[in-house]
Amino acid sequence: MKIDLLTLTISKAHESLVKGEFTTVDLAKAYLDEIKKKNKELHACLEVYDDVLDQAKMADKAIAALKKEKKEIPMLMGIPFAIKDNILVKGETASSASKILENYKATYDATVIKKLQQENGAVLIGRTNMDEFAMGGSTENSAYGVTKNPHDTSRVPGGTSGGSAAAVASGMALVALGSDTGGSIRQPSSFCGVVGLKPTYGAVSRYGLMAAVSSFDQIGPIAKTVGEAEIIFNAINGKDVNDSTTFNRETYKPKRIGKKKPIIGIPRSFLGLGGIAESVKKVFEETEKKFKSMGYEIKNIELPANAYALPVYYIINFAEISSNMARFDGVKYGLHADGNNSIDDYFASRAAGFGSEVRRRILLGTYVLSSGYYDAYYYRANAARRLITNDFIKAFESVDIVLTPTAPSPAFKIGEKTADPVAMYLEDIFTVTANLTGLPALSVPAGFAEIDGLPAGQAGKKLPIGMQLTARHGDEATLFSAGKDIEIGV
Amino acid sequence: MISKKDIENLANLARIRLSDDEKEGLAKDVDSIMAYVDQIKSAPIGEFKPQAGAVKNVMREDVAVQTSIKDRERILDEVPKREGDFVAVKKILA
Repeated sequence: MKIDLLTLTISKAHESLVKGEFTTVDLAKAYLDEIKKKNKELHACLEVYDDVLDQAKMADKAIAALKKEKKEIPMLMGIPFAIKDNILVKGETASSASKILENYKATYDATVIKKLQQENGAVLIGRTNMDEFAMGGSTENSAYGVTKNPHDTSRVPGGTSGGSAAAVASGMALVALGSDTGGSIRQPSSFCGVVGLKPTYGAVSRYGLMAAVSSFDQIGPIAKTVGEAEIIFNAINGKDVNDSTTFNRETYKPKRIGKKKPIIGIPRSFLGLGGIAESVKKVFEETEKKFKSMGYEIKNIELPANAYALPVYYIINFAEISSNMARFDGVKYGLHADGNNSIDDYFASRAAGFGSEVRRRILLGTYVLSSGYYDAYYYRANAARRLITNDFIKAFESVDIVLTPTAPSPAFKIGEKTADPVAMYLEDIFTVTANLTGLPALSVPAGFAEIDGLPAGQAGKKLPIGMQLTARHGDEATLFSAGKDIEIGV
Repeated sequence: MISKKDIENLANLARIRLSDDEKEGLAKDVDSIMAYVDQIKSAPIGEFKPQAGAVKNVMREDVAVQTSIKDRERILDEVPKREGDFVAVKKILA
């Protein structure tokens, strides 16, 4: 049976595996072939694990055994996942796309990996490219070269989980895991035309995720449809003793207001701040209409403190990054460069191992945390963070979902923003609020932009545009139900 | 204005060696980024204070977990310089 990888979903694959229309080995081979064909150009995968077929054989055996015992086969059994390069898979290289961890082999499994592989029998096919240590918005900060957008290879796939989004969009993996610190799952999902979820802070364990900004980081799924993101989220969430920020089901008890359908809130004055491209504006208006035609009530809301979201986000980002990057010392693991003495070893190792954006942010973090500046920056940013959170909580007294675009523009050209760090940071205007507040947010493909000036051979190509839905803490369910109503699908 | 000297000081605190060219570039970058995030100074925080989220002060028992010899080796294998079961570093006291 020929497997159509571009339209395959978890449910379809599961059905075929259960019916025996193809085996897990067939499925894994199809993806490995696709990677061979496409990865040279797109550079979404940094490595294909060499035990993929062994994993697939094990899944086939498990499926056969469960069938024989007439037991239920887990939805994710045999499903091929691509894993972002900052999530640990025991015995496999995990480099965070950094030179400093080029040869680092993970010594244990992340909790999400245990859940996928050991509890559900998923197949891990390889690790995907990213911005180094999850700093960036385009995957251009990878020490191993940029990933290209499958919809237009002159453009970025977004970042930092650009490799995961590009792999799913191009059919090199059925689904993927990414991590989201300020939009790193949602923005590449928007740019590549796939679905990406940043769960509620604490919904998914980060044990085994390399820390970037500890008070923002969350692991989440990237898939072609909302239904698949939901299946993966249900498999990976839950309290974990190894991550003290994870919560119980009782922690949040979100109560939806909308009777038949969730009520949608639109922060119109905030949208005005984003410098939104015309194409994105058009898709936003279409989405609003679509919601209305399906019986959703739309309300205008105000989120005034969002005007400070980016400065607040970046101050906290720099500060926590400079702390988290302090562990790379050339002594315990990772790259070691020799200096004149033991302290000089640190200087040499960190100079040789970190790329320019990482260095820049370490210095910025050192600056905002330094004596005399702490109150003006880090303290103030964390106080303002509460102001922003309060605005959202107030908005959720009258609406169930906040609707914005995921990013102000479709995918931009490779190199377009690399010279100006502030221009790159402005990309995150709509995504950072979910990380500042801990709220769950979902990017759903909702439309396309025409591309100007394409060569004749590529005429008619379009760039995907995603819309972002944000809900109350712990209310991913509302995101999934509304997301399914507007998604374009496969 | 962030000077080259400021960058040298920060790089020293952060234990990163920088080339002269890099220092110039970083002074410019840090300057424009700080000018942008300086908007925080006008944020109306009033009496607001930083506060943890819904989950805080989570404690657990400090339990010793038996690690297999294989796992212990995996960890030690990642050490750049190893002498037996020790992590080797340069002399600290002259």
